[in-house]
Amino acid sequence: MSEQKAVRWEKGEDGIVVVTLDDPGRSANTMNDRYVEAMGECVDALVADRENLTGVIITSAKKTFFAGGDLDTLSKATPADAPAVMEKSMTVKKQLRKLETLGKPVVAAMTGTALGGGLEIGLACHHRIGLDAKGVVYGLPEVTLGLLPGGGGVVRTVRMLGIANAVMNVLVQGQRHKPAKALEIGIIDELAATPEEALQKARAWIAANPEAKQPWEQPGYRIPGGTPSSPKLASILPAFPANLRKQLKGAPMPAPRNILAAAVESTQVDVDTAFRIEARYFTELAIGQTAKNMTKAFFYDLQAINGGKSRPDGHEKWQPTKVAVLGAGMMGAGIAYVCALAGWQVVLKDVSLEAAEKGKGYSESLVAKGVKRGRTTLEKGEALLQRITPTADYNDLAGCDMIIEAVFESMQLKQEVFREAMKVVEPDALLCSNTSTLPISELAAGLDRQGDFIGLHFFSPVDKMPLVEIIRGERTSDASVAKAFDVTLGIKKTPIVVDDSRGFFTSRVIGTFLNEGVAMIAEGIDPQTIEQASAQAGYPAPVLQLMDELTLTLPQKIRNESKAAVEAAGGTWQPHPAEAVIDRLVAEFDRKGKSTGAGFYEYADGKRTRLWPGLRTEFGATNHDVDLHELSERMLFVEAIETQKCLDEGVLTTDADANIGSIFGIGFPAWTGGVVQYVEGYPGGVAGFVARADELARRHGPRFEVPESLRARAKAAA
Amino acid sequence: MAEMPEAYVYDAIRTPRGRGKASGSLYETKPVSLVVGLIHELRARYPELDPTAIDDVVLGVVSPIGDQGGDIAKTAAILAGLPETTAGVQLNRFCASGLEAVNSAAHQVRAGMADFVLAGGVESMSRVPMGSDGGAWAMDPETSYETGFVPQGIGADLIATLEGWSRDDVDAYALESQTRAAKAWANGYFARSVVPVTDRNGLTVLDRDEHVRAGTTLEALGGLQPSFEMIGDQGGFDAVALQRYHWVEKINHVHTAGNSSGIVDGAALVLVGTEAAGKAAGLTPRARIVSTALSGADPTIMLTGPAPATRKALARAGMTADQIDLFEMNEAFAAVVLRFMKDMGVPHEKVNVNGGAIAMGHPLGATGAMILGTLIDELERRDQRFGVATLCVGGGMGIATVVERLS
Repeated sequence: MSEQKAVRWEKGEDGIVVVTLDDPGRSANTMNDRYVEAMGECVDALVADRENLTGVIITSAKKTFFAGGDLDTLSKATPADAPAVMEKSMTVKKQLRKLETLGKPVVAAMTGTALGGGLEIGLACHHRIGLDAKGVVYGLPEVTLGLLPGGGGVVRTVRMLGIANAVMNVLVQGQRHKPAKALEIGIIDELAATPEEALQKARAWIAANPEAKQPWEQPGYRIPGGTPSSPKLASILPAFPANLRKQLKGAPMPAPRNILAAAVESTQVDVDTAFRIEARYFTELAIGQTAKNMTKAFFYDLQAINGGKSRPDGHEKWQPTKVAVLGAGMMGAGIAYVCALAGWQVVLKDVSLEAAEKGKGYSESLVAKGVKRGRTTLEKGEALLQRITPTADYNDLAGCDMIIEAVFESMQLKQEVFREAMKVVEPDALLCSNTSTLPISELAAGLDRQGDFIGLHFFSPVDKMPLVEIIRGERTSDASVAKAFDVTLGIKKTPIVVDDSRGFFTSRVIGTFLNEGVAMIAEGIDPQTIEQASAQAGYPAPVLQLMDELTLTLPQKIRNESKAAVEAAGGTWQPHPAEAVIDRLVAEFDRKGKSTGAGFYEYADGKRTRLWPGLRTEFGATNHDVDLHELSERMLFVEAIETQKCLDEGVLTTDADANIGSIFGIGFPAWTGGVVQYVEGYPGGVAGFVARADELARRHGPRFEVPESLRARAKAAA
Repeated sequence: MAEMPEAYVYDAIRTPRGRGKASGSLYETKPVSLVVGLIHELRARYPELDPTAIDDVVLGVVSPIGDQGGDIAKTAAILAGLPETTAGVQLNRFCASGLEAVNSAAHQVRAGMADFVLAGGVESMSRVPMGSDGGAWAMDPETSYETGFVPQGIGADLIATLEGWSRDDVDAYALESQTRAAKAWANGYFARSVVPVTDRNGLTVLDRDEHVRAGTTLEALGGLQPSFEMIGDQGGFDAVALQRYHWVEKINHVHTAGNSSGIVDGAALVLVGTEAAGKAAGLTPRARIVSTALSGADPTIMLTGPAPATRKALARAGMTADQIDLFEMNEAFAAVVLRFMKDMGVPHEKVNVNGGAIAMGHPLGATGAMILGTLIDELERRDQRFGVATLCVGGGMGIATVVERLS
């Protein structure tokens, strides 16, 4: 053969054909044109040789079994490509359909991770053997990219597991299951410890099941859990879409809806018709904007970031051995946990041993929870806790090659603890401050070794939030940025690198979102309407609820600092309409947020009970005759515009950092693909965004005026 | 061109309403038998009426499957021995089906396309449970997701929430419905229209509405569990409704089995015809269909359609609400009637004066024809002239019919 194909096959003396997926020159197999062509030839050859076959094993020559769809092609699909997308989806399925109706046993030896299209190949086989190894996952995560499994994954999981189980365990959240879990929910039939064992088991299964057929090809087959015409399912079916709307909070995410629709409709017709229904719902998503947005952020941008796009070149990979965490409050306690989880020694220092031990207690509770839920073992958990040493004594920081400071947001206090700690730690220790507001360059200014000083902005709760914002001060060295980058990857979080500027990127941009929501109270808009506008925009937490969580005095403090800075520079402070609302709530009504038991909401025993009625009676916020979509857009637009300013000012250097930082750090809606992609993907593109922003500026003021850079891009695109 | 004939109502009869479950008295009686019994009654009441003048039988059925499937109207016509020239059609406008049947009969008559039409409806809810006919609105995820489908009870609770009506408010309405219905029964106000259901030997199966709870109290009503709280929460329907009614923080689930319409079995028939056909048969018209109308409101809240439909029907008749002596508004849920009275500015003294579906039940396909009969009976008894029958309808629709009493 002159040219290697993406699929090759070889028949052994036992009559078993081993089909090997091996896209030439690629590190992983995907459902690209080379696959489609080669798989088509392979399947035709198998059908032609049917009478002489004992069975078929499908396996892979790559580390992973098969990576999934061909995103490079899919992400370019426009409405004009609908026929081609539909046809490809059907071609892939017809090939796999021939395989599953071959009349001979077909086994998938999935000797590595199989996601999306990879698992869909497996689902078309009569038996699936997974590899029980670390890092291997199985699932159909298409929904996380705004797509659905268009290679038969919806139709087959529903016929295997029933509508409810397939939708909840596999399709609508796109879970990536570890092998044991995949076995438990039924997308894998058997596990093997090694690839060799997988092949042995495959041969054994073929020998034992010469008449293998899919369950749905067998007489008397019924879809587990029923179809819409069975009374048992019919009685609960209307709750499926309603609960989906509840989960999505009304956010514009077409993929989960299309998945549910395809899943249910697939049960009302035969397999081949079901494949067409699935393909039509898939095509709609593939040619639509949301999938493009989500693929950009969660595939390309994340790949760029994790691939080190923002990491300075020429520095060796680094990781700490012993980390000094200064301050054992909520943030410090969380930071200690993630560092210990990464395998590093941690010294958790606070003013008293009691406070430090309380901070370690957080890790103890997380470990206990993890053991209880089977996420970790007792031994691993105990080893993790062993790595955390609580102390009140600076001398215990000896030998630390990294400091992460997480004390109160006070310049003086922070500098003081650094000075003390730096006397003890290694002379070249990386010096990190977890501040969300204080300028890194100013913090560093009072200290020695400013080149080693860097901001490492964690988000709360640290163990859950996936982002770390790395802040490069004026004198921070490239080497320190590279180290901080490696540390962030080491604790399995996503790093974005930003320049030192007031509020950095995340705090600055989320502030505009919060202000916009609060300003609507000043406009007399009903607070529940404001909450719905933010929820239906796709924000994970409604805006006033979030403001309460962050406390109302925080924006006051930040604003006063900003105001002082503006005035010191000879400027005039332009008050935001939100300020009067916040000030009045704090000063007149003593409502400072959740931690004080009173804010935009009322609380009982720390639990939110309802919106404070005073917002309606005292602030007159009762108007609900509004354009809800416009309220949602106002929040999205202020954040997008502020982000563009960050890019213009060099606070941010890459779109990838902006997109991922906004989604992972400050809850910008995932369907947008992030705060820059939102502008790119807005109807009409950048020009459409600018035109809409101009409209909003006319109605709501200059905060919606776009920077010239954006206007220039809109013109260039026109 | 000939003058448009009037559509006269010559009679309106109904079965008593049996509890719509296996322990209900009409569970043993097939829906087709309920209809045939009423056809026989009309034949017996009007022996001079030449059945070949009956062009059509129009019956509303909301779950037209199984016992109620396959065009039960024509089936009943055949079984009742109507001539083979008498046609039959089943229609479904959800809860308005019974009144829709009467209205469409009136339209046929007024268009000069029919002499007599038997119009009404039947629903054996004990045999064919509500919702058992499926349908895309509730059962197709694409449709229900896009349209914000929620069960009607959620809409009723949302109406109460929006209007600030408490559980006590809706229970008080329910109690009044029971009291009025019990009084009407005690005084024989339904004697003309209610035709006992008998078996094949002429033995009585049921002769009164068995859903009425004459002795109920506010305390007893107050002790019932909300019917839609659990599905609102666990079924996700509250969230769907609140996404649309975005200023509402939460839905106050006030409706119970006690202040919502009862699930019952029953049938009704109305004899509609032209003046000439009536004269030929020696019949005296009881009422005239003045105007009919359909309208609609938001499908998620679903139950606010009666006011716009009534306004439209009144406008068509060149009338205003204050000219109407009596209203029959189907008591699907207490809040729906409260809302109708508020929207129209009509006092409770004029609305459902003999109780309604909360006390007597709502046999879905038949109710519209039943309340039209109740309205005409009461206009006669009170010697009043104009009445409106109206119902809230699935999908947000509303239906209304203005009648003028003649005899």
